[in-house]
Amino acid sequence: MKPAVERTAPELVELRIPSRPEWVALARLAAATVANRLHFSIEEIEDVKLAVAEACTAVIQHERHGEFIELACEARGDSLRVRVHDGGRHGAPAAEPARMNFDEARIAGLGIFLIRTLMDEVSYDVNPQLGTDLLMVKRAGSAP
Amino acid sequence: MDIKVNVREAPADCYVVDLSGEIDVYTSPKVKDAIGTLIDRGVYHLVINLEKVRYIDSTGLGVLIGGLKRVREHGGSVNLVCTNPQIKKIFDITGLVKIFGIFESEDTAMKALA
Repeated sequence: MKPAVERTAPELVELRIPSRPEWVALARLAAATVANRLHFSIEEIEDVKLAVAEACTAVIQHERHGEFIELACEARGDSLRVRVHDGGRHGAPAAEPARMNFDEARIAGLGIFLIRTLMDEVSYDVNPQLGTDLLMVKRAGSAP
Repeated sequence: MDIKVNVREAPADCYVVDLSGEIDVYTSPKVKDAIGTLIDRGVYHLVINLEKVRYIDSTGLGVLIGGLKRVREHGGSVNLVCTNPQIKKIFDITGLVKIFGIFESEDTAMKALA
């Protein structure tokens, strides 16, 4: 079936949400909407939703996160490129030890594992002054 | 977005926790409270019904793992009811299928607790 709207150029959707748990659902909904525009399968859309939510959750659970999370979802060809930016100063030396206990750290590790498993490409860009970017790519037809 | 939690008493000192909705970083504390309250009351055999759960992330998995850890300290167990392929996939790829009993129906999950 011919799509209702033809995509002739990359499409970019940007969203800025407060770094709080109640806003994570909006971030994953936005990413899912862009994935749907690419005609991803339901399984692939669910993968994207989970990866974006895990990325936002990782930001929120970080002790020194910024006030906002910036999400950019770009539909390009058959790929969805997602950037999750946290303006928190992750690269700066910690003034005090992290408060995360062992079990919390294990769960946080589970989130990162899920992101790496569900997305085709994952990379980080950490800048002590500008914050942290998590870049993820999902291609159509690649659900694990 | 929300999570609905319903706790039911079942035969043989077992309780069923029905969850409905989405379990994420915002809603998982509510699930954690419900399971924690049961365990605090001395309930160590639980069936957690995920049939109406549309979405779960690592924080939700963490709550389930935490509950399992606590009941096992008392010789208890947690069985899950899960039929949603997307939710089952999360348990598969994280390897949690090896530590939880995951069943297609509440009846089989209850029987397996015994």
